[in-house]
Amino acid sequence: MDLDSMQRIIEQAKGLRKPIWQVVMDYDVETRMTTPEASMERMRATWRAMVDAADAYSGDRRSLSGLVGGDGERMRTYYRHHNSIGGEFTAEVIAQALAMGENNACMNRIVAAPTAGACGVMPAVLIPLWRKEGIPEDKMVEALYVSSAIGAVIAAKASISGAAGGCQAEIGSASAMAAGALTYLHGGMPEQICHAVAMALKNLMGLVCDPVAGLVEVPCVKRNVIGAMNAIAAADMALAGIQSRIPVDEVIEAMGDVGRRLPEEFRETALGGLAVTPTGRAVKERMAGNKKKHRTLTIKDGRWKMARPEEKSGAPS
Amino acid sequence: MIDIFDILGPVMVGPSSSHTAGAVRIGNMARTLLGEQPVRARIMLHGSFAETGTGHGTDKALVAGLLGEEPDDYDIPNSFQTAAEQGLRFTFEEIRLRDAHPNSVVLELEGAAGAHLKMQACSIGGGQIEVRELDGVPVNFTGRTNTLIIHNQDSKGYIADVTTTLSRAGINIANMNLCRDRRGGNAIMVIETDEKVPPVVLQFLKEYTGISHITYYEKEEK
Ligand code: SF4
Repeated sequence: MDLDSMQRIIEQAKGLRKPIWQVVMDYDVETRMTTPEASMERMRATWRAMVDAADAYSGDRRSLSGLVGGDGERMRTYYRHHNSIGGEFTAEVIAQALAMGENNACMNRIVAAPTAGACGVMPAVLIPLWRKEGIPEDKMVEALYVSSAIGAVIAAKASISGAAGGCQAEIGSASAMAAGALTYLHGGMPEQICHAVAMALKNLMGLVCDPVAGLVEVPCVKRNVIGAMNAIAAADMALAGIQSRIPVDEVIEAMGDVGRRLPEEFRETALGGLAVTPTGRAVKERMAGNKKKHRTLTIKDGRWKMARPEEKSGAPS
Repeated sequence: MIDIFDILGPVMVGPSSSHTAGAVRIGNMARTLLGEQPVRARIMLHGSFAETGTGHGTDKALVAGLLGEEPDDYDIPNSFQTAAEQGLRFTFEEIRLRDAHPNSVVLELEGAAGAHLKMQACSIGGGQIEVRELDGVPVNFTGRTNTLIIHNQDSKGYIADVTTTLSRAGINIANMNLCRDRRGGNAIMVIETDEKVPPVVLQFLKEYTGISHITYYEKEEK
């Protein structure tokens, strides 16, 4: 079986009387020529890497451009001392999304899910829920299988790359994967998982990729927050019995179509949207200045040496 | 076939799977192909690697890879320091390549025991990489499977020798690529195999005449 249609995956699972996660694990065992135990162990390691990355967050770190860092901690300090509007759980989801996005921007370890830019969405919803409800680790691992299948279908039918499909393909896909995992964790039926995925994707359809100075910082870190919040909303709607009027596979195809038709300016080229605002341009210019300095930095005999550009004779242009 | 651990993964140091994780893998691949600790590296960045590389830590990532670090190594942000400690000297330049993927880099390496390597590679997204040129010979492989790289003088019969050796050892060839710079000149044979190639088979292959150099890159097992 290929992971290229949500409908087919749930039919297959029903036919075999297996839960979705097991069908996905079978697929992994088959395609990577491995054993069920090894597959489970790797998924468990993936989950633990997410939790470790969350724990390793430090509010003191700053990104290479200096634009990003410290907001996850700011959010946590706020909700611990103030009456946050959405309540503690919501505030922690926001904080976790920011923290993981900052981890990524600040060269800390993360799990790409499905991409590095969108790495905050899944942990932002899964880790606070896991802590709050004391969900067993095995169940979290199963939820990750479910979400990986969702991501795989989106990758097959549409795209999970900002360069190919805009931010809907990164944050949108992450949000859909998270929505499916949440629905599974709260006992949703396979159809409900599909509705959650469809609703999450529909809500973020058309989102452009417009990173300032081409860096995975602004708006990426904060977009992880909307991905996470949207996932919670979609999962709760699906669990309430609310249905997507457009079937999930059609939604995914529509998203792929939108992505292909997005002008290049909105596909990671940093030539549109927030990237070309006066402030966005200024950041880019500042980074270009830094680059020139950096390019000629050399280490000679273990010592830093700043070579002047004219010394680099014979270098290709 | 999509690997679900490409969807949930890689576990990596940020910020970008193509500009950071892929760059580490390129550096690491170059080190493996060089076959020894590099002591000098000329790093030439093309396209988006040159444009936004600094902001993505592409420079640190490439150096980290050359030091043998993996994409999830916490040391990546400090790789320049580590390079100084390990005696790796490096320079960065920009280069304009024709018809190259935007995330491309050319590496010229010199090893501790005097080995040389020139490699052009690109990072094609999601941390995946492709090697496009080796010592002036166009190639195309990814390191996602076990890969044998055989350098030799272009001559009759050696392809059959190599493939026979592999089939006798029960090793199935998944993909094979033959490239040379000119007739009778340097040739590179890239063979991707399903099974791992055991050391004795490598040793056997090395003893063939005409095979000047052989490198083996084993698929990462997780
Ligand atoms: S704006 Fe672009 S780079 Fe940033 S998270 Fe979205 S898709 Fe990724």
